[in-house]
Amino acid sequence: MRTRGLLVLSLALLSAGCSSIEPWVKPYDRENLADPIMAFSRAPISQEFLDHVFDSREGSRGATGASGGGCGCN
Amino acid sequence: MANKRLAGFVITCCALGGAAQAGVLPEDRADVLYFRYDGGGVNVQGPSMLVRKSIGEHVSVQANYLIDMVSSASIDVETSASKYEDERRQSSLSADFLLGKSTYSVGYTKSDESDYLAKTLFFGVSHDMFGDLTTISFNYSEGHNDVFRNVKIGDVKVNDPTFHEKMQSKSYSVGISQIITKNLILSGQFEVDTDEGFLRSPYRSVRFFIDQFNQGREDEKYPNTRSSNAAAIRAKYFLPYRAALDGMYRFYTDTWGVVGHTAELGYVQPLDNAHWGGNWTFEGRLRFYTQTKADFYQDIFPRADFSNFMARDKELGTYTAYTLGANATYEFKIERFRWLSKGQLNLRYDHMTVNYDDFRDARFSLGSFGTLPDDPYDPGTEPLYKLDADIYQFYFSAFF
Repeated sequence: MRTRGLLVLSLALLSAGCSSIEPWVKPYDRENLADPIMAFSRAPISQEFLDHVFDSREGSRGATGASGGGCGCN
Repeated sequence: MANKRLAGFVITCCALGGAAQAGVLPEDRADVLYFRYDGGGVNVQGPSMLVRKSIGEHVSVQANYLIDMVSSASIDVETSASKYEDERRQSSLSADFLLGKSTYSVGYTKSDESDYLAKTLFFGVSHDMFGDLTTISFNYSEGHNDVFRNVKIGDVKVNDPTFHEKMQSKSYSVGISQIITKNLILSGQFEVDTDEGFLRSPYRSVRFFIDQFNQGREDEKYPNTRSSNAAAIRAKYFLPYRAALDGMYRFYTDTWGVVGHTAELGYVQPLDNAHWGGNWTFEGRLRFYTQTKADFYQDIFPRADFSNFMARDKELGTYTAYTLGANATYEFKIERFRWLSKGQLNLRYDHMTVNYDDFRDARFSLGSFGTLPDDPYDPGTEPLYKLDADIYQFYFSAFF
Protein backbone atom coordinates (compact mmCIF):
# COMPACT_ATOMS: atom_id res chain seq x y z
CA MET A 1 0.00 0.00 0.00
CA ARG A 2 2.83 2.30 0.93
CA THR A 3 4.67 1.46 -2.30
CA ARG A 4 1.55 2.22 -4.32
CA GLY A 5 1.21 5.55 -2.55
CA LEU A 6 4.80 6.46 -3.34
CA LEU A 7 4.28 5.49 -6.98
CA VAL A 8 1.20 7.71 -7.26
CA LEU A 9 3.06 10.56 -5.56
CA SER A 10 6.04 10.12 -7.86
CA LEU A 11 3.84 10.13 -10.96
CA ALA A 12 2.01 13.22 -9.72
CA LEU A 13 5.29 15.05 -9.10
CA LEU A 14 6.66 13.93 -12.43
CA SER A 15 3.62 15.09 -14.37
CA ALA A 16 3.55 18.37 -12.45
CA GLY A 17 7.22 18.83 -13.21
CA CYS A 18 6.71 18.16 -16.91
CA SER A 19 3.79 20.55 -17.21
CA SER A 20 5.66 23.32 -15.47
CA ILE A 21 8.83 23.13 -17.62
CA GLU A 22 9.40 26.54 -19.10
CA PRO A 23 11.69 26.88 -22.14
CA TRP A 24 14.85 28.32 -20.65
CA VAL A 25 15.99 29.48 -24.08
CA LYS A 26 13.17 31.65 -25.40
CA PRO A 27 12.33 31.63 -29.11
CA TYR A 28 13.69 35.17 -29.46
CA ASP A 29 17.00 33.97 -27.96
CA ARG A 30 17.59 31.38 -30.67
CA GLU A 31 19.05 33.62 -33.34
CA ASN A 32 22.49 32.03 -33.01
CA LEU A 33 21.09 28.51 -33.10
CA ALA A 34 19.15 29.36 -36.27
CA ASP A 35 22.30 30.52 -38.06
CA PRO A 36 23.00 28.20 -41.05
CA ILE A 37 26.52 27.56 -39.73
CA MET A 38 24.93 25.79 -36.74
CA ALA A 39 23.34 23.04 -38.83
CA PHE A 40 24.81 19.63 -38.02
CA SER A 41 24.90 18.94 -41.74
CA ARG A 42 25.13 22.05 -43.91
CA ALA A 43 24.98 20.18 -47.21
CA PRO A 44 23.15 16.83 -47.09
CA ILE A 45 24.30 15.74 -50.55
CA SER A 46 27.96 16.22 -49.61
CA GLN A 47 27.61 14.68 -46.16
CA GLU A 48 25.91 11.60 -47.57
CA PHE A 49 28.77 10.98 -49.97
CA LEU A 50 31.41 11.49 -47.29
CA ASP A 51 29.57 9.31 -44.77
CA HIS A 52 29.35 6.69 -47.47
CA VAL A 53 33.12 6.77 -47.87
CA PHE A 54 33.62 6.40 -44.11
CA ASP A 55 31.10 3.57 -44.00
CA SER A 56 33.04 1.71 -46.68
CA ARG A 57 36.41 2.21 -44.98
CA GLU A 58 35.32 1.70 -41.34
CA GLY A 59 34.00 -1.43 -39.69
CA SER A 60 31.57 0.55 -37.52
CA ARG A 61 28.19 1.63 -38.76
CA GLY A 62 25.15 3.58 -37.66
CA ALA A 63 24.25 6.52 -35.43
CA THR A 64 26.19 9.18 -37.31
CA GLY A 65 24.64 9.28 -40.74
CA ALA A 66 26.78 6.53 -42.19
CA SER A 67 26.15 5.75 -45.80
CA GLY A 68 26.24 2.66 -47.96
CA GLY A 69 26.93 1.83 -51.51
CA GLY A 70 29.72 1.43 -53.94
CA CYS A 71 32.89 2.95 -52.80
CA GLY A 72 35.45 0.31 -53.45
CA CYS A 73 34.37 -2.14 -50.77
CA ASN A 74 36.27 -4.87 -52.58
CA MET B 1 29.55 -5.57 -54.82
CA ALA B 2 29.59 -2.57 -52.69
CA ASN B 3 26.18 -1.80 -51.37
CA LYS B 4 26.23 -3.57 -48.06
CA ARG B 5 24.82 -0.97 -45.74
CA LEU B 6 22.07 0.88 -47.48
CA ALA B 7 19.57 0.40 -44.67
CA GLY B 8 21.94 1.85 -42.13
CA PHE B 9 22.68 4.75 -44.41
CA VAL B 10 19.03 5.52 -44.96
CA ILE B 11 18.02 5.34 -41.33
CA THR B 12 20.85 7.38 -39.94
CA CYS B 13 20.46 10.14 -42.51
CA CYS B 14 16.75 10.14 -41.80
CA ALA B 15 17.32 10.20 -38.08
CA LEU B 16 19.77 13.07 -38.13
CA GLY B 17 17.64 15.05 -40.53
CA GLY B 18 14.58 14.41 -38.45
CA ALA B 19 16.22 15.34 -35.19
CA ALA B 20 17.32 18.64 -36.55
CA GLN B 21 14.21 19.48 -38.51
CA ALA B 22 11.19 18.29 -36.53
CA GLY B 23 8.43 20.88 -36.42
CA VAL B 24 9.81 22.72 -39.43
CA LEU B 25 10.00 21.37 -42.95
CA PRO B 26 13.42 21.53 -44.63
CA GLU B 27 13.94 24.40 -47.04
CA ASP B 28 13.47 23.94 -50.76
CA ARG B 29 16.78 23.35 -52.50
CA ALA B 30 18.53 21.66 -55.41
CA ASP B 31 22.09 20.31 -55.35
CA VAL B 32 24.36 18.96 -58.03
CA LEU B 33 27.54 17.25 -56.82
CA TYR B 34 30.55 15.79 -58.56
CA PHE B 35 32.67 13.54 -56.35
CA ARG B 36 35.88 11.63 -56.72
CA TYR B 37 37.52 9.12 -54.38
CA ASP B 38 41.03 8.03 -55.16
CA GLY B 39 42.90 5.68 -52.85
CA GLY B 40 44.25 2.18 -52.41
CA GLY B 41 43.97 1.47 -56.13
CA VAL B 42 40.27 2.30 -56.13
CA ASN B 43 38.81 5.18 -58.07
CA VAL B 44 35.15 6.12 -57.63
CA GLN B 45 33.64 9.15 -59.28
CA GLY B 46 30.32 10.39 -60.45
CA PRO B 47 27.52 12.89 -60.16
CA SER B 48 24.79 13.12 -57.55
CA MET B 49 21.66 15.23 -57.83
CA LEU B 50 19.20 16.13 -55.10
CA VAL B 51 15.97 18.13 -55.23
CA ARG B 52 13.79 18.99 -52.26
CA LYS B 53 10.47 20.78 -52.74
CA SER B 54 7.59 21.68 -50.46
CA ILE B 55 4.03 20.97 -51.47
CA GLY B 56 1.82 23.26 -49.46
CA GLU B 57 2.70 23.93 -45.84
CA HIS B 58 2.73 20.39 -44.54
CA VAL B 59 4.52 18.22 -47.10
CA SER B 60 8.07 18.19 -48.42
CA VAL B 61 9.36 15.69 -50.97
CA GLN B 62 12.95 14.84 -51.87
CA ALA B 63 14.45 12.98 -54.80
CA ASN B 64 18.08 11.93 -55.10
CA TYR B 65 19.92 10.22 -57.93
CA LEU B 66 23.58 9.28 -58.04
CA ILE B 67 25.96 7.29 -60.15
CA ASP B 68 29.13 5.65 -58.84
CA MET B 69 31.61 4.80 -61.54
CA VAL B 70 34.09 2.40 -59.96
CA SER B 71 37.48 1.39 -61.27
CA SER B 72 39.08 -1.01 -58.83
CA ALA B 73 42.54 -2.40 -58.51
CA SER B 74 42.43 -2.58 -54.71
CA ILE B 75 44.93 -4.72 -52.88
CA ASP B 76 42.37 -7.56 -52.64
CA VAL B 77 41.77 -7.38 -56.37
CA GLU B 78 45.46 -7.01 -57.16
CA THR B 79 46.44 -10.17 -55.28
CA SER B 80 43.63 -12.39 -56.50
CA ALA B 81 41.95 -11.15 -59.67
CA SER B 82 42.11 -8.65 -62.48
CA LYS B 83 41.18 -4.99 -62.44
CA TYR B 84 37.49 -4.37 -62.95
CA GLU B 85 35.14 -1.52 -63.67
CA ASP B 86 31.58 -1.24 -62.50
CA GLU B 87 28.79 1.25 -62.17
CA ARG B 88 26.21 1.72 -59.43
CA ARG B 89 23.04 3.74 -59.82
CA GLN B 90 21.06 4.77 -56.79
CA SER B 91 17.73 6.56 -56.73
CA SER B 92 15.66 7.52 -53.74
CA LEU B 93 12.39 9.24 -53.07
CA SER B 94 11.20 10.42 -49.68
CA ALA B 95 8.48 12.59 -48.19
CA ASP B 96 8.11 14.44 -44.90
CA PHE B 97 4.71 15.24 -43.45
CA LEU B 98 4.44 17.95 -40.81
CA LEU B 99 1.51 17.57 -38.44
CA GLY B 100 1.61 19.96 -35.50
CA LYS B 101 4.85 19.36 -33.64
CA SER B 102 5.49 16.01 -35.34
CA THR B 103 7.18 15.19 -38.61
CA TYR B 104 6.55 11.82 -40.26
CA SER B 105 8.99 10.63 -42.92
CA VAL B 106 8.73 7.78 -45.40
CA GLY B 107 11.08 6.83 -48.18
CA TYR B 108 12.31 4.27 -50.64
CA THR B 109 15.81 3.76 -52.02
CA LYS B 110 16.95 1.49 -54.80
CA SER B 111 20.57 0.78 -55.62
CA ASP B 112 21.53 -1.20 -58.66
CA GLU B 113 24.93 -2.52 -59.71
CA SER B 114 25.93 -5.48 -61.81
CA ASP B 115 26.35 -7.84 -58.84
CA TYR B 116 24.28 -6.23 -56.09
CA LEU B 117 20.68 -5.07 -55.96
CA ALA B 118 19.46 -3.27 -52.83
CA LYS B 119 15.99 -2.00 -51.98
CA THR B 120 15.34 -0.15 -48.74
CA LEU B 121 12.19 1.20 -47.15
CA PHE B 122 12.31 3.56 -44.21
CA PHE B 123 9.92 5.24 -41.83
CA GLY B 124 10.64 7.87 -39.22
CA VAL B 125 8.86 10.14 -36.81
CA SER B 126 10.19 13.08 -34.81
CA HIS B 127 8.46 15.31 -32.32
CA ASP B 128 9.25 18.70 -30.79
CA MET B 129 8.52 19.19 -27.12
CA PHE B 130 9.25 21.41 -24.10
CA GLY B 131 8.86 24.66 -25.99
CA ASP B 132 10.76 23.24 -28.97
CA LEU B 133 13.90 22.84 -26.90
CA THR B 134 13.82 19.07 -27.29
CA THR B 135 13.29 16.91 -30.36
CA ILE B 136 12.93 13.17 -30.07
CA SER B 137 12.94 10.83 -33.04
CA PHE B 138 12.46 7.19 -33.92
CA ASN B 139 13.40 5.61 -37.22
CA TYR B 140 13.09 2.19 -38.75
CA SER B 141 14.35 0.86 -42.04
CA GLU B 142 14.35 -2.47 -43.76
CA GLY B 143 16.58 -3.55 -46.60
CA HIS B 144 16.27 -6.42 -49.06
CA ASN B 145 19.39 -7.23 -51.01
CA ASP B 146 20.23 -9.62 -53.84
CA VAL B 147 23.86 -10.64 -54.12
CA PHE B 148 25.28 -11.91 -57.39
CA ARG B 149 28.78 -12.81 -58.54
CA ASN B 150 30.33 -11.65 -61.76
CA VAL B 151 32.48 -13.90 -63.88
CA LYS B 152 34.35 -13.08 -67.04
CA ILE B 153 33.68 -15.07 -70.17
CA GLY B 154 36.28 -13.86 -72.61
CA ASP B 155 36.19 -10.11 -72.14
CA VAL B 156 32.51 -10.05 -71.23
CA LYS B 157 31.43 -9.74 -67.60
CA VAL B 158 28.27 -11.68 -66.74
CA ASN B 159 26.49 -12.90 -63.60
CA ASP B 160 27.46 -16.40 -62.54
CA PRO B 161 24.19 -18.31 -63.18
CA THR B 162 24.97 -20.70 -60.30
CA PHE B 163 25.28 -17.94 -57.71
CA HIS B 164 22.46 -15.87 -56.20
CA GLU B 165 22.27 -15.08 -52.49
CA LYS B 166 20.09 -12.83 -50.37
CA MET B 167 20.61 -10.54 -47.41
CA GLN B 168 18.06 -8.74 -45.23
CA SER B 169 18.82 -5.88 -42.90
CA LYS B 170 16.84 -3.98 -40.30
CA SER B 171 17.72 -0.80 -38.47
CA TYR B 172 16.15 0.78 -35.41
CA SER B 173 17.22 4.17 -34.21
CA VAL B 174 16.19 6.58 -31.47
CA GLY B 175 17.53 10.09 -31.16
CA ILE B 176 17.25 13.20 -29.09
CA SER B 177 18.27 16.74 -29.89
CA GLN B 178 18.42 19.22 -27.03
CA ILE B 179 18.98 22.96 -26.93
CA ILE B 180 21.14 23.57 -23.86
CA THR B 181 21.81 27.30 -24.09
CA LYS B 182 21.27 29.94 -26.74
CA ASN B 183 24.69 28.96 -28.13
CA LEU B 184 24.84 25.21 -27.56
CA ILE B 185 22.92 22.27 -28.97
CA LEU B 186 23.46 18.59 -28.14
CA SER B 187 22.18 15.50 -29.89
CA GLY B 188 22.39 11.83 -29.10
CA GLN B 189 21.51 8.78 -31.12
CA PHE B 190 21.36 5.06 -30.48
CA GLU B 191 21.04 2.61 -33.33
CA VAL B 192 20.65 -1.14 -33.53
CA ASP B 193 21.31 -2.83 -36.87
CA THR B 194 20.73 -6.46 -37.72
CA ASP B 195 21.79 -8.27 -40.87
CA GLU B 196 20.84 -11.77 -41.91
CA GLY B 197 21.87 -13.76 -44.96
CA PHE B 198 24.92 -13.65 -47.19
CA LEU B 199 27.24 -11.15 -45.52
CA ARG B 200 30.65 -11.75 -47.06
CA SER B 201 32.09 -10.76 -50.39
CA PRO B 202 31.68 -13.47 -53.03
CA TYR B 203 35.13 -12.58 -54.36
CA ARG B 204 37.45 -12.26 -51.37
CA SER B 205 39.53 -15.12 -50.05
CA VAL B 206 41.55 -15.81 -46.91
CA ARG B 207 45.09 -17.10 -47.00
CA PHE B 208 46.64 -19.85 -44.91
CA PHE B 209 50.03 -21.44 -44.29
CA ILE B 210 50.86 -24.56 -46.24
CA ASP B 211 54.29 -24.44 -44.63
CA GLN B 212 56.62 -21.68 -43.51
CA PHE B 213 57.42 -20.62 -47.07
CA ASN B 214 54.18 -21.36 -48.90
CA GLN B 215 50.62 -20.18 -48.62
CA GLY B 216 47.26 -21.21 -50.00
CA ARG B 217 43.90 -19.50 -50.36
CA GLU B 218 40.26 -20.40 -49.83
CA ASP B 219 36.93 -18.55 -49.76
CA GLU B 220 36.02 -16.50 -46.71
CA LYS B 221 33.48 -18.00 -44.32
CA TYR B 222 31.20 -15.61 -42.42
CA PRO B 223 28.36 -16.05 -39.94
CA ASN B 224 24.89 -15.53 -41.42
CA THR B 225 23.93 -12.88 -38.89
CA ARG B 226 25.40 -9.72 -37.52
CA SER B 227 23.92 -7.37 -34.93
CA SER B 228 25.47 -4.08 -33.94
CA ASN B 229 24.90 -1.29 -31.47
CA ALA B 230 26.10 2.25 -32.03
CA ALA B 231 25.71 5.21 -29.70
CA ALA B 232 26.76 8.69 -30.70
CA ILE B 233 26.73 12.10 -29.11
CA ARG B 234 27.27 15.38 -30.96
CA ALA B 235 27.56 18.96 -29.82
CA LYS B 236 27.64 22.22 -31.71
CA TYR B 237 28.58 25.55 -30.16
CA PHE B 238 28.16 29.06 -31.51
CA LEU B 239 31.22 31.19 -30.83
CA PRO B 240 30.81 34.91 -29.97
CA TYR B 241 32.50 36.13 -33.17
CA ARG B 242 30.11 34.14 -35.43
CA ALA B 243 31.80 30.84 -35.92
CA ALA B 244 30.75 27.33 -34.98
CA LEU B 245 32.63 24.53 -33.26
CA ASP B 246 31.33 20.98 -33.23
CA GLY B 247 32.37 17.61 -31.88
CA MET B 248 31.17 14.06 -32.18
CA TYR B 249 31.94 10.77 -30.46
CA ARG B 250 30.55 7.35 -31.39
CA PHE B 251 30.95 4.03 -29.65
CA TYR B 252 30.31 0.89 -31.67
CA THR B 253 30.17 -2.79 -30.85
CA ASP B 254 28.84 -5.83 -32.68
CA THR B 255 28.36 -9.58 -32.37
CA TRP B 256 31.43 -10.21 -34.52
CA GLY B 257 33.67 -8.73 -31.85
CA VAL B 258 34.42 -5.42 -33.52
CA VAL B 259 34.67 -2.49 -31.12
CA GLY B 260 35.04 0.92 -32.72
CA HIS B 261 35.59 4.48 -31.53
CA THR B 262 34.97 7.49 -33.77
CA ALA B 263 35.69 11.10 -32.87
CA GLU B 264 35.30 14.17 -35.01
CA LEU B 265 36.04 17.85 -34.52
CA GLY B 266 34.83 20.59 -36.87
CA TYR B 267 35.09 24.34 -37.18
CA VAL B 268 33.04 26.65 -39.43
CA GLN B 269 34.13 30.24 -40.05
CA PRO B 270 32.09 32.58 -42.25
CA LEU B 271 33.81 35.80 -43.31
CA ASP B 272 32.07 39.08 -42.50
CA ASN B 273 31.29 41.83 -45.03
CA ALA B 274 34.67 43.47 -44.51
CA HIS B 275 36.41 40.41 -45.94
CA TRP B 276 35.83 39.41 -49.57
CA GLY B 277 32.31 40.81 -49.50
CA GLY B 278 31.17 38.41 -46.79
CA ASN B 279 30.41 35.75 -49.37
CA TRP B 280 32.80 33.08 -48.16
CA THR B 281 32.52 30.39 -45.49
CA PHE B 282 35.38 28.06 -44.61
CA GLU B 283 35.23 24.80 -42.75
CA GLY B 284 37.87 22.48 -41.32
CA ARG B 285 37.31 18.99 -40.02
CA LEU B 286 39.37 16.25 -38.34
CA ARG B 287 38.12 12.70 -37.90
CA PHE B 288 39.73 9.93 -35.91
CA TYR B 289 38.67 6.30 -36.09
CA THR B 290 40.00 3.16 -34.47
CA GLN B 291 38.69 -0.37 -34.10
CA THR B 292 39.62 -3.83 -32.86
CA LYS B 293 39.33 -6.83 -35.16
CA ALA B 294 36.47 -9.26 -35.60
CA ASP B 295 36.85 -12.53 -33.69
CA PHE B 296 37.27 -14.54 -36.88
CA TYR B 297 39.63 -12.18 -38.70
CA GLN B 298 43.25 -13.14 -39.36
CA ASP B 299 45.73 -11.91 -41.90
CA ILE B 300 46.89 -15.46 -42.48
CA PHE B 301 45.42 -18.60 -40.88
CA PRO B 302 47.58 -21.46 -39.50
CA ARG B 303 46.05 -23.98 -41.91
CA ALA B 304 43.18 -24.52 -44.34
CA ASP B 305 39.71 -24.84 -42.79
CA PHE B 306 41.18 -23.55 -39.55
CA SER B 307 37.79 -22.57 -38.09
CA ASN B 308 34.10 -22.33 -38.91
CA PHE B 309 34.38 -18.63 -39.72
CA MET B 310 37.35 -17.06 -41.46
CA ALA B 311 37.73 -13.51 -42.76
CA ARG B 312 40.46 -11.38 -44.30
CA ASP B 313 38.49 -8.24 -45.02
CA LYS B 314 40.84 -5.47 -43.89
CA GLU B 315 37.80 -3.50 -42.68
CA LEU B 316 37.34 -6.26 -40.09
CA GLY B 317 40.95 -6.00 -38.90
CA THR B 318 42.56 -3.76 -36.30
CA TYR B 319 43.40 -0.31 -37.57
CA THR B 320 43.41 3.44 -37.01
CA ALA B 321 42.34 6.10 -39.49
CA TYR B 322 42.70 9.87 -39.67
CA THR B 323 40.82 12.14 -42.07
CA LEU B 324 41.59 15.83 -42.47
CA GLY B 325 39.21 17.93 -44.55
CA ALA B 326 38.62 21.50 -45.67
CA ASN B 327 35.64 23.09 -47.37
CA ALA B 328 35.17 26.49 -49.02
CA THR B 329 31.71 27.89 -49.79
CA TYR B 330 31.00 30.91 -51.99
CA GLU B 331 27.49 32.29 -51.62
CA PHE B 332 25.82 34.57 -54.16
CA LYS B 333 22.54 36.01 -55.37
CA ILE B 334 21.48 36.78 -58.92
CA GLU B 335 19.11 39.74 -59.10
CA ARG B 336 17.59 38.59 -62.39
CA PHE B 337 16.56 35.26 -60.88
CA ARG B 338 14.07 36.34 -58.24
CA TRP B 339 13.02 32.74 -57.67
CA LEU B 340 16.54 31.98 -56.45
CA SER B 341 16.92 33.11 -52.85
CA LYS B 342 20.62 32.21 -52.89
CA GLY B 343 23.17 30.00 -54.60
CA GLN B 344 26.30 28.33 -53.26
CA LEU B 345 29.42 26.97 -54.91
CA ASN B 346 31.37 24.51 -52.76
CA LEU B 347 34.75 22.91 -53.03
CA ARG B 348 35.76 20.28 -50.52
CA TYR B 349 38.87 18.16 -50.11
CA ASP B 350 39.56 15.41 -47.57
CA HIS B 351 42.62 13.26 -47.10
CA MET B 352 42.29 9.92 -45.35
CA THR B 353 45.12 7.81 -43.96
CA VAL B 354 44.47 4.28 -42.67
CA ASN B 355 47.17 2.36 -40.79
CA TYR B 356 46.39 -1.34 -40.50
CA ASP B 357 47.83 -3.20 -37.51
CA ASP B 358 47.19 -6.78 -38.66
CA PHE B 359 46.67 -6.62 -42.42
CA ARG B 360 49.85 -7.25 -44.32
CA ASP B 361 50.61 -6.15 -47.86
CA ALA B 362 50.38 -9.57 -49.52
CA ARG B 363 51.59 -8.14 -52.84
CA PHE B 364 55.10 -8.68 -51.44
CA SER B 365 54.52 -12.44 -51.44
CA LEU B 366 51.64 -13.10 -53.85
CA GLY B 367 52.58 -10.48 -56.40
CA SER B 368 50.31 -8.31 -58.47
CA PHE B 369 47.72 -9.50 -61.01
CA GLY B 370 49.34 -12.91 -61.19
CA THR B 371 52.93 -11.68 -61.60
CA LEU B 372 55.14 -12.80 -58.73
CA PRO B 373 57.56 -10.32 -57.17
CA ASP B 374 61.28 -10.70 -58.06
CA ASP B 375 62.20 -11.34 -54.43
CA PRO B 376 59.06 -12.61 -52.70
CA TYR B 377 58.64 -12.31 -48.94
CA ASP B 378 57.75 -15.32 -46.86
CA PRO B 379 54.02 -15.36 -46.02
CA GLY B 380 53.28 -13.50 -42.80
CA THR B 381 56.46 -11.38 -42.98
CA GLU B 382 55.24 -8.75 -45.45
CA PRO B 383 55.10 -5.11 -44.30
CA LEU B 384 51.82 -3.88 -42.86
CA TYR B 385 49.46 -2.25 -45.34
CA LYS B 386 48.74 1.46 -45.32
CA LEU B 387 46.08 3.26 -47.32
CA ASP B 388 46.01 6.91 -48.38
CA ALA B 389 42.97 8.35 -50.11
CA ASP B 390 42.12 11.71 -51.66
CA ILE B 391 38.47 12.70 -51.67
CA TYR B 392 37.25 15.60 -53.81
CA GLN B 393 33.81 17.18 -53.96
CA PHE B 394 32.57 20.05 -56.07
CA TYR B 395 28.93 21.00 -55.78
CA PHE B 396 26.41 23.69 -56.53
CA SER B 397 23.42 24.37 -54.28
CA ALA B 398 20.42 26.50 -55.14
CA PHE B 399 17.88 27.59 -52.53
CA PHE B 400 14.37 28.70 -53.49
